Formats: sequence, C-alpha cells, structure tokens
Amino acid sequence: MLDMYAEEILERYKDPVNKGSIKNTAAEAHETNPLCGDSLDIYLKIEGGKISGAKFNGFGCAISQAAADILLDTVKGKNVKDVKMLSKGSFLSALGVSLSPARLKCALLSWHALMMALERAG
Amino acid sequence: MLDTKKDFPLLKRKISGKDLVYLDSAATSQKPVQVIEAVKEYYENRNANVARSVHKLGEEATEAYENARKAVAKLINANSEKEIIFVRNATEAINLVAYSYFLPIAPSGGKIISTVMEHHSNIVPWQFINSHGMELEFLGIKKDFTLDTENLGRILSPETKLVTVTHASNVLGTVNDPKEISGMAHDNGSLVMLDAAQSVPHMQVDVQDTGCDFMAFSGHKMLGPTGTGILYAKEEHLESMEPFMYGGDMIKEVSLEGTTFNGIPWKFEAGTPNIAGAVGLHAAIDYLEKIGLEKIRRHEAELTEHALDEFSRLGGVEIYGPKNADKRGCVISFNVKGVHPHDVASLLDREGVAIRSGHACAQPLMKRLGVGAVARASGYLYNGKSDFDALVEGLKKVKRVFGV
Ligand SMILES: Cc1ncc(COP(=O)(O)O)c(C=O)c1O
Repeated sequence: MLDMYAEEILERYKDPVNKGSIKNTAAEAHETNPLCGDSLDIYLKIEGGKISGAKFNGFGCAISQAAADILLDTVKGKNVKDVKMLSKGSFLSALGVSLSPARLKCALLSWHALMMALERAG
Repeated sequence: MLDTKKDFPLLKRKISGKDLVYLDSAATSQKPVQVIEAVKEYYENRNANVARSVHKLGEEATEAYENARKAVAKLINANSEKEIIFVRNATEAINLVAYSYFLPIAPSGGKIISTVMEHHSNIVPWQFINSHGMELEFLGIKKDFTLDTENLGRILSPETKLVTVTHASNVLGTVNDPKEISGMAHDNGSLVMLDAAQSVPHMQVDVQDTGCDFMAFSGHKMLGPTGTGILYAKEEHLESMEPFMYGGDMIKEVSLEGTTFNGIPWKFEAGTPNIAGAVGLHAAIDYLEKIGLEKIRRHEAELTEHALDEFSRLGGVEIYGPKNADKRGCVISFNVKGVHPHDVASLLDREGVAIRSGHACAQPLMKRLGVGAVARASGYLYNGKSDFDALVEGLKKVKRVFGV
C-alpha cells in the first residue's frame, strides 16, 4: 500500500495529466464533499461505446485530486459498459493507497462523479 | 501561564507514537479527572431518577441535578436558577427558542437578524422559522473580520423581533461586543440571543452585563460531559413560551382531558434528563471557577499572541481573524498556501497534532471568506506555548512535503 503522501500521489496532485475540461461532452457531472468543501467536475467524451476522452476540474485535497487523475487514466479507452461495472472496492485497491475512514470519501469523490456522468450518458 | 495538563488524563495519550497535542477544543474540550471522577462517584453512589421518587437516592439525585443548575446560574450571574434549562447541547438550546418562542409567532410576520459569522446551529433553526413566515436577514463582517455593527443600525426595523449573534466566532476567533448589540437591539424593541458556545468556556460571561434575553452554550466545550447544553432565558420570556417537548416531568397534572404544565424551568425539560451529565458539568464549573475565568482568558490571550507570532514568522500561512489577541479568542483558522486543509490536518495527525479541518460548520462564512475550507487550531487552559510550537513544527513539515 502506498502512503497517502507518497511521491506518486503528490506528483499527480501538483501536475495532474487529466485536469481540464472538454467542450461538447457526452456527459459531465459535478460532485461535492460537503465535509471538506471539495468539488469536482468530470467531463467525458464517448465514441462508439468507448470513453475516448476524460477530464476533471475542481479543487480539493491531494488524495481527491490525485485519485481523480488516476481514475481517468484507467478508464480512458475502455468500454462504457465495463467502466460502469468498476466497483468502489476495485477502484480503491487499484489506487493502492492506505486511507483512514475519514479520507475514503476524498478518494471516492471522483468515482462518484464518474458514475454519475456515465449514468447521464445513458 | 497556567499549568493544568496534569489534570487531563487523555492528554497523556500518544498518537502515532508521539505525544498528543490537542488543538481542537473549539469542537469539544477534554475533561479533567475531577469531572470524570464526579460522574463516576454519582453513578456509584447516588444514581436514581429525579423529581419522582421519595426514597433517599431519588432525593440525592434530585439535589445533585438542581445544584448543578444553581452552579450554572451563578456562573453566568442569572437572576435565578429558574432561568437555566438543561438541554443536550447549544444547538438544542437555540432550537428550543426557535420552536417555543418564535414558531408560534412566525405566521404573523416580523424579522430575525443573524450574521454571516454564525455556526450553522445559529442559522438553520432561523431558516426554519423563516419558512414559517418570518423574514431572515444576515449582518455582514468587515475587512478586519469583525462584525459590521454599523450596519446593524440600518437593518434594524420596527419589524425586527430578534437579533441573534455569536459571542465568539468558532472560525475567526472574533469576540463580539454583546453589550453594544443588545443596546441597539433593545432600543429598537428587539430581543437578543447570544450564541455563547465559544465564550462561556473561555471568559467570564455575565448575562446582566451582556443584556441578552437568551443565551445558548454547550457543557461539553467547557470541560463538562457530552450531552450537556444550557439555555439561559429571562424568566419573563420562559413564562410566556410554549413547552418545547411534551411528556413526563414537564407536567403538573395530567388527565385524559388535558394537562397543566409544570413551572419553569421544568416545563422545558420533558423526560428523564442527563443527570450524570449535569453532575459532571457542575464539577467542570467548580474546576473553571477555582482557576478563575479571568486567568483562563489571560492564559489563552498569551497563547494566541504566541501562535500568531509564530505563524507570521513561518510565512505562507493565511490567517482568517483579527490580529489583536485582546479582541479575539484562541481559535485560529488558517490555510497553508497551496495545500488543502485536509492534507494539513492529516499530516499534522502523524505528528500527534490534532486540529480541525473543513468548513467548521460555517459554510456561509467560508463563502464570505472566499475559501472552500480552513484548518483550525484552537487552544484551551490545558494547552501551553509548546503545543503551538509543535503545531508550527508540523506545519514546516507540511510545507516540506508539498514543496511550498
Ligand atoms: C459558535 C458555536 N455555536 C454553536 C455550536 C454548536 O454546539 P453543539 O454542537 O454543542 O450544539 C458550536 C460548536 O460546535 C459553536 O462553535
């Protein structure tokens, strides 16, 4: 398990590769964590049933931002159907960061936003 | 400086192998052994229900409970212990006033003035009253993080039924001047409610001096057990108010046709109260009075001054609150530039330093400050300068980890 403040996480936080937005998206969703005032937007581009582009925007703690960046890396190019099956648990284990219960919500913010966006994409 | 840490068993704990540095007393305070022992002693020797049983234990429990009420009345200089209602927390005290005084008159209109500096517990109950017909308006803050009392004069109108204000902010540390606010409100014929959750634990508060009609505070923030809260209200208001909850203990006589209610304060305390909590709260008040609230206030002012000094030396830290330690309490909200407050708090936790992070139950104030969240360190009588030094050392580490 990675430490929450491992170099990889901090790098992602400081220099996310998937940060930004997409115009004319197939789906977007906004999620907030009222406990910490974090907010996150996810934008998806979908072509032929596949996620061809994914970006996020927002602000939050290192883990919420890094997790969003990593999550979008893993879903790009995948079938919408498959991504919809991605459970919280398997996302967290793929993330591989050891998290206290209070910080789980932060890590899952992007997962919730992604699922909501996919829901809207139909 | 005071030296009371030895009285607080929990402060001997280690967190992540380090000595605990507890800087979250604005959320809830730790308890001295005197309070813990008092609760234990009560359960071991005097536990019974109050105001119901003629047996010896029942008598002793009732006496213990009512003595706690007297101690609270004396602490805040109420005219009589009848003006003290025991509730679960400050939030319930505010709700009691909202439900019992304002809900019945809400449909006939009028206005309530609150402020953007309030804890959610002094906003949301008034939004509820607002939904029943009373207007709700909020007083702003100025650049120096103090209340915009000049504007209060402008927004007070013959319609204004209540001005409800925090005595000390749980975010900014700002200590408002209740005398000034009460003076203006009363001249206008409006009532005044004081949210004293962050003041009564830390300074001498005299309800005659503040001039408030209602005052809410929490026993658990002043060394007492959780589940203890207090509403102070002037006798004349309590007499005219509707009960808050209905059932046992709040009645005088019940028949199937109807009920006459008990006198004050019991009219507002339906059901078996938190007797052990009241006993613990009594011990907490004894403890605070023995040290002296003036001394506690001075101790905290010294801590605040020290902390603000160290913060400014550190650099890269933005502080939301007045700069002058005389005008504020020992509640310091801040942000480390480039680091989210949750990360600040998580990294500090590894050093054994416990602070709050988030919106501190004051989202409208966060919005006004233009931030999503803050980190908040708050001190109390058991903290020393070394605790804030540990915080500053921890913050240096945070800055190193994030390279800011
Ligand atoms: C200023 C202020 N008002 C009200 C409250 C509510 O207190 P409680 O949670 O005990 O009801 C708090 C503390 O959380 C507070 O800081």
